[in-house]
Amino acid sequence: MKNVSIPIGPQHPALKEPASFSLALKGEKIMGSTVRLGYNHRGIEKGCEDRSYIQALYLIERICGICSHAHSTCFVMAVEEIAGTEVPKRAQYIRTLIAELERVHSHLLWLGVAGHEVGFDTLLMYTWNDREIVMDILAMLTGNRVNYGINTLGGVRRDIADAEIKEILSAIDKLEEKTKYYIQIATKESTLIKRLAGVGILSREDALKLGAVGPTARASGVDRDVRRDDPYLAYGDLDFKVITDNHCDIYGRTLVRMGELMETYSMIRQLISKLPAGPIVAKMPRKIPAGEAIARYEAPRGEDVHYVKANGTEKPERVKVRAPTLANIQTVAKMLEDRYLADMPIVVAAIDPCFSCTDRMIETRAVGSDNASTFSWGELRKYSIEWYKNKGIDFEVLNAKRGKR
Amino acid sequence: MEIENYIVQNLVKQFNVAPDQVKVKRDRRIYVKVDKDIFLKVLDFAINNQKFDILCTITGFDEGDTFGVMYHLAQEKGIMLNIKINIGKKNAILNTITGIFPNADIYERELADLFGIKVEGLKDGIRYPLPDDWPEGQYPLRKDWKVGGNA
Repeated sequence: MKNVSIPIGPQHPALKEPASFSLALKGEKIMGSTVRLGYNHRGIEKGCEDRSYIQALYLIERICGICSHAHSTCFVMAVEEIAGTEVPKRAQYIRTLIAELERVHSHLLWLGVAGHEVGFDTLLMYTWNDREIVMDILAMLTGNRVNYGINTLGGVRRDIADAEIKEILSAIDKLEEKTKYYIQIATKESTLIKRLAGVGILSREDALKLGAVGPTARASGVDRDVRRDDPYLAYGDLDFKVITDNHCDIYGRTLVRMGELMETYSMIRQLISKLPAGPIVAKMPRKIPAGEAIARYEAPRGEDVHYVKANGTEKPERVKVRAPTLANIQTVAKMLEDRYLADMPIVVAAIDPCFSCTDRMIETRAVGSDNASTFSWGELRKYSIEWYKNKGIDFEVLNAKRGKR
Repeated sequence: MEIENYIVQNLVKQFNVAPDQVKVKRDRRIYVKVDKDIFLKVLDFAINNQKFDILCTITGFDEGDTFGVMYHLAQEKGIMLNIKINIGKKNAILNTITGIFPNADIYERELADLFGIKVEGLKDGIRYPLPDDWPEGQYPLRKDWKVGGNA
C-alpha cells in the first residue's frame, strides 16, 4: 500500500488553535508527520521594542489568554532584575498566588479538553463547571477572568483583603474535593484509562533529547521543575513535591497534572498562611539602565523563558520569549509515529498546546473604509443583538421561550 | 555563588576567556562572550564537562555591524550559562547545533526567518514563524526594519 499524505489544519475542528499538520498515512497508521506553526505570529517581540516597558508589559500579558500571568511575570522579573529593584515580599506572594490559581484553571481546562478529545464530554462539562470556581476567584482578586493585569513594574496593582482570603480558602477546599473525584475517575474508570494508556508515548530519552518541558517531560520521568530548580517569586519559601510519573504516555500526563493540582492547593494554603504584611509595589525608574537578564518561570505547560536586554532608555532593546509549547511541539512528531490517525487529536492535546492567545482590542472597520471606530462593551452587545436580529434570530423571543426575561 | 565562580574559572582556564567577557550577574546566571571560531568547543565543554545539558532557547540580536547570537543553556540544578557569539552581518552564517541539541531546530529556523542568518547544516524543512508568501529579504527583527514601512 502506498503512503497517503493528508493535511490537517490550519483551521480544523479537532484543534482550537491554528497549526497545520501534514500526516503520511499507511491505512490508518501514521508513518510520519510534520507540523507548521506561525499562524499566530503577531510580532510581539518586535512590538515591544517600540513600546515603553510598562506598555510592553501589557502587550506581553496578551501573548496567551490561558497563561497570561506566566508571561507577564516572567517579563517583569527580568526587567526588575536589570533595574536592580527589590520587589516587596507581599507582592512576590501575591504574584505566586495568582500563578498557582492560574495553574488550577489551566489544568482543569486541560482535563476537560482531554475528555472532549477522547469522546468523554461529561468530563468536559464537569471540569469546566468546576473551573468556574477558580475563574471567579481570579476575577475577584484581579478584576479579570483572563489577562489579569495584576503585575506592574516593581510589584502588583491590587492588594488582597482578609475577606477575599476567606473566599480563596473555601474555594480551594471545594476544588480539592472535586480534584480528588477526578483522580478517582482517572485511576479507576477503565474506558478512560484504556483510551489514554499507551497512547502518545514519549520515552525518557526522547523527552530529554527533544527538550520537552513541564508535565509532558515530567510524565516521562524527567524530574525538572523550575519552581524548585531555579526558584523565583516566593517558591523558595514553600514546601512542595515535584510530581513525576513513569508511564511516558497520556495517562501519565493526566496523573502528573492531577497530582500537581493537589500540590498547588497545598501551596496556595501555605502562601495564604505566610502572606507577609507590607507594601505591594516598589518604585521603578522609567528608564531602565543598560543590562540584560533572563527569567524562567514554570508555567502550567512548562518552562517559560523571557530574555530582556535594556539600553538605558524607556524602551527595551530586545525582548525574547520562548513559550513552553514551542519546546513541546517538537515532541509531537515522535508521539505520533506508528500510531493511529484517530489518536492524533488527543496526542496533540496532551502536550496542552497553546499556539496563540486572545486579542482583546476591539477596533472595527467597515469594509472599504479607513474610519476606525471603537465600541464600548454596551454598544458592542447592542450591535451584536441587532446583527442577529437581522439574520432572523431574536434573542428576546428565544429567552422568552426559555422562560427567561 | 561558589559553584558559579568555579564554572567561570574553568571556562577562563580552558579557553583563555578575557575576565571582562565573563560575568556571574546573580545566583545561577552566568554570561560569557566567546569568539565564534571556538564556540562549538565551548559548547562541547559546557555540555560534557560542566553538565549544561538543557538548551532553553537561542536569542538573536541586531547590533549594528554584527549579529549577536546567545545560546541559553541550563543545568538540571538550575544554573544557566548564556554563551554569546557575534557574527558579521555580511555573509551571516551560523553552524547548526541540531546535531547536539535536536530541539535547536525550531530556534535556528526562527533566527533564519527573523534575522536572515543562514544556518548551515540545518536540514530542509518548514520555515518558522513567518508565512510562506512573506517577501524575500524582509527580516522583521533587524533594527532597520520598521513596522508598516517595509513590505
